[in-house]
Amino acid sequence: MNLDVLTGLSTPIAMGILLGGLYALIALGLSLVFGVMKLINIAHGDLVLLSSYIAFAIMTSLGIDPIISLIIGMPVLFVVGFAIQRYIMNRAFRISMEAPLIIAFGISIILQNLYQIVWTPLSRGLTTSYALESFGVGGLRIPLVYLLDFIVAVVVMLFLREFLRRTYLGKAISAASQDRGASQLMGINTTRVYAFAFAIAMVFAAIAGVFLGLTFPFTPQSGVSFLIIAFGVVILGGLGSILGTFIGGLVMGLAQTLGGYFLGAAAQLLVAYLIVLIVLGARPRGLFGR
Amino acid sequence: MGRQRHKMPQETLLKVSNIHVLYGGLNALRDISLTVELGEIVAIIGANGAGKSTLINTISGVVHPVRGSIEYDGKDITNLEPFQIVALGICQVPEAGRVFPNMTVLDNLIIGSYNRNARPKKEQNLKSVYQHFPILEERKNQLAKTLSGGERQMLAIGRGLMSDPKLMLFDEMSLGLSPIVIDELYRVLREIRAKGITAILVEQNVRRSLKEADRAYILEAGQVALSGNADELREEEKVKKAYFGA
Repeated sequence: MNLDVLTGLSTPIAMGILLGGLYALIALGLSLVFGVMKLINIAHGDLVLLSSYIAFAIMTSLGIDPIISLIIGMPVLFVVGFAIQRYIMNRAFRISMEAPLIIAFGISIILQNLYQIVWTPLSRGLTTSYALESFGVGGLRIPLVYLLDFIVAVVVMLFLREFLRRTYLGKAISAASQDRGASQLMGINTTRVYAFAFAIAMVFAAIAGVFLGLTFPFTPQSGVSFLIIAFGVVILGGLGSILGTFIGGLVMGLAQTLGGYFLGAAAQLLVAYLIVLIVLGARPRGLFGR
Repeated sequence: MGRQRHKMPQETLLKVSNIHVLYGGLNALRDISLTVELGEIVAIIGANGAGKSTLINTISGVVHPVRGSIEYDGKDITNLEPFQIVALGICQVPEAGRVFPNMTVLDNLIIGSYNRNARPKKEQNLKSVYQHFPILEERKNQLAKTLSGGERQMLAIGRGLMSDPKLMLFDEMSLGLSPIVIDELYRVLREIRAKGITAILVEQNVRRSLKEADRAYILEAGQVALSGNADELREEEKVKKAYFGA
C-alpha cells in the first residue's frame, strides 16, 4: 500500500468519525426511549425533524441562528415528549404491547403531513454564515459543521451519562428500566418518570435536529431516513447503552464514508446496512448488548 | 435475645378489613381481615398459591381489592398507588430481593430513599444500613449483579430501610438461602424491630417464622384458615400436621 492511498483514505475516515457522532446523537433519544419504556418510537425521526423545522422557522422569520434557537426548540420538544408519553403512551401501554407502536406510527404520519402543509415538500436547509466553512488539518479539509456535530454529540452523551449517574431522577430512570415493578415498590412513580424520560429523549432529538439541519438539507420525508440511520446505530451498539450508541454511530459513519470512497456514492448506505446485518448475525444483541 | 411481647401499648398500625382480590379472573383472596399492632412481627404462612404474596402486594398497592378496605395509621390506603404507599412508610422487600442488577450497591440504596419523606434522612439511614450490613459498605461500588444471593437479599433489605419505613413487608426473605445467611437476616430483623419498625413476614419456612413472630395468620386457598399467637400456633395439632409433618 503506498502513501497516496493512505492520504486518500484519511478524508473518508475523518469524515466518517465526525459524521458518526451526529448519527449517534440522532439515535440517542431512540435508544433511551427503548431502554426505559421498551417502546420502539417509529416517530423518532419525524420528531428530530420537528426540531429542524422549528429552527428553520425561527431562522427565516426572526433571523436567529439555529444553534441559539435551541433555547426555544429544546423546551418545545421537552413538552411535546412529556405530553406524548404522559397522556398518550401511558394509556396505550395499558391496552396492549402493540398499541404504542401503532400510535407512534400515527404520530409519524401526522407530523409528515404537517410539514408538507406548513413548509411544502421543498428541500430546506439551515444555511448559516458558517455552514460552508472548513478548515485544514494536515492536508485534510474538514467542514466546520462536521466538527461541531461531533463535539456536540460527545458533550450530550457525557451529559446523559452524568445525569443518569448523579441525579435522583436519572437513577430512577435507570431503576425503572431495569425492573419496573421493583422500582414502584421503591417509591418511584413510573408514569411520571417515563414521561420525563421521553421528554429528555426529545431534548436530545431537538439538538440532533438542529445539527442535522446544519449538515444536510431536509424535506418533510427526511424523518424516515433519520429513523433508519438511528435504527442502524442502535442495532449495532445495542439498545440502551450510551457507549454502545456512540460506537454504533462511528461504525455507521465510517461504513458510509468508506463505502462511498471504495464503491461510489450509490453504495454508501448499502455498505452501512450490510455491516448491520453482519453484526446482527454474529452478535444478535448488538456490539454492546447486555 | 428474647422477644418483647406486649410491652408497648396496643396501637393498630394496619387494619385490613374483609378484602376480596381478583387475580387473573380468579378469587385470589376472599374476605381476608387482619390487624398489625405497632411494633409487632406478624407472620403470614401458607402453601404455595395460598395468596400470601397477593396479600402483601395488595397492602403495597400493586393490586387493588374489589371489596373491603385497608387502613394504615388511621388513613384509608385501599386505592393508593405503590409510590404513594411507600411515601407513607410501608415498604415491601420483594421476593428474591429484586435489586437493580446494573446499578451499584450504593445507587440501589440511594434509590431506596427516593420518596420525599426519606430523602432528608438519606445520610443517617445509610449509616444505619451499613451498621446492619457492613458487607454492603465494603461492596458499595460494585454492581449489584456481582453479589451473592445472600448479599442481594441484604441489599434488598437495606434498600427497603432507606425508604425510612414504619412497616416493612418481607416476601419470602429466606427462600433459597443458606442457614448461616438466614440467621444473619433474622438477626438484623430483630435489630430493625428494636428500632420500632413493625414487620410482616411472608414465609414458607413456617418453623422459623413462627419462632420469630409474635402472631401469625395461616392462609389456605385465599382465606384465613387460622390465626393467633405464634407460640400457641406452633403447638396447634392442625399446624403441626400440615407444616411440620408431625
